[in-house]
Amino acid sequence: MERDAPGGVAQRPPPLRPRPRLVLAAALLAGFAILGAGAFVALELHGSPQGAAGTLLGSAIGGPFKLVDQNGNTVANTDLEGKWLLVYFGYTHCPDACPTALNNIALALSDLGAEKKEVRPVFITIDPERDTSKALKDYVSAFDAPILALTGTATAIGQAAKEYRVYYAKHPETGGDYSMDHTSIIYVMDPKGRFTASFTGEDPPEQIAARLKKLLS
Amino acid sequence: MRALGIMLLVIGLALGAGAASAQTGQLTVDNAWARATPGKSQTGAAYVTIRSPSPDRLVAASTPVAEKAELHTISMSGMVMKMRPVAGVDIPAGQPVTLAPGGMHIMLTGLMKPLQAGQSFPLTLTFEKAGARTVDVAVEKVGAAGPAPAAQH
Repeated sequence: MERDAPGGVAQRPPPLRPRPRLVLAAALLAGFAILGAGAFVALELHGSPQGAAGTLLGSAIGGPFKLVDQNGNTVANTDLEGKWLLVYFGYTHCPDACPTALNNIALALSDLGAEKKEVRPVFITIDPERDTSKALKDYVSAFDAPILALTGTATAIGQAAKEYRVYYAKHPETGGDYSMDHTSIIYVMDPKGRFTASFTGEDPPEQIAARLKKLLS
Repeated sequence: MRALGIMLLVIGLALGAGAASAQTGQLTVDNAWARATPGKSQTGAAYVTIRSPSPDRLVAASTPVAEKAELHTISMSGMVMKMRPVAGVDIPAGQPVTLAPGGMHIMLTGLMKPLQAGQSFPLTLTFEKAGARTVDVAVEKVGAAGPAPAAQH
């Protein structure tokens, strides 16, 4: 079922414009329950010492992607191996949840001290329509952490979100604006790119730092 | 009979006094703050604490620094964050209502320029009964979790 979700749509020949949107929305909705359940189980693994790496769940979250960073460089998941990653999906027009999560990440990293150079925060937009490389560069530079910000085509973002079991959907607002509904989870990936642990965007920075210290040791 | 008269008089006085204090008691808006907006983001959020001696309802917001100021609420369902506009926020009598990250906020869209930490801007809140209140919103750091201690009363 998940195989038929957004990725399946991406591989179709380019059809009429409005239709794939609907198909994508339907597929996302259909997969949502499973994805949500997966994320929930992921959060349940909070306490385990080595996290989810090596478990079935460890291989269920994360996967190949090819996106563009805030400086316009192409970045593939394999380019990021060798460091621990804190992966968060969000968007720059997000006034509340995303700044909270990114700032918690920044504060957690400063708590880590010297070990923070082993950890790379990664912010992946789920609003590629508005979040260009330039917009992302402006946005993440406001946070006190070396955040790698990634955007890409709608298809590439859809693929990355699918790999990470991230749900997102556009919610129209008055006056042509829109906000994005999105999964708000910080994923911890180990230096081999394996899913290891997760936090909510609202977990206190001290808690995130303490858990990371355990994982890094 | 006389006792009853006195009792009614006392009750009457008490009610009168109650009504008088409700009239003089003012709705207040405190701890108004916002996060600095990252980069050139034109979207921000402001937070306040509202107290009212009598039931009221926050129905609108406006500020000269943004095209629109709307009442929004954040909800989490199955780890999915959703933000939705709300028509109003009920203010129960005597119970402070605090708008804070992760819950309700006043969403600012079309900011004329980024909100910078250390600055402040005026925000007018309109209540069904108390009318309009204009407060000065202190801009805190990008990821601040609440108003700076100095702003709290």
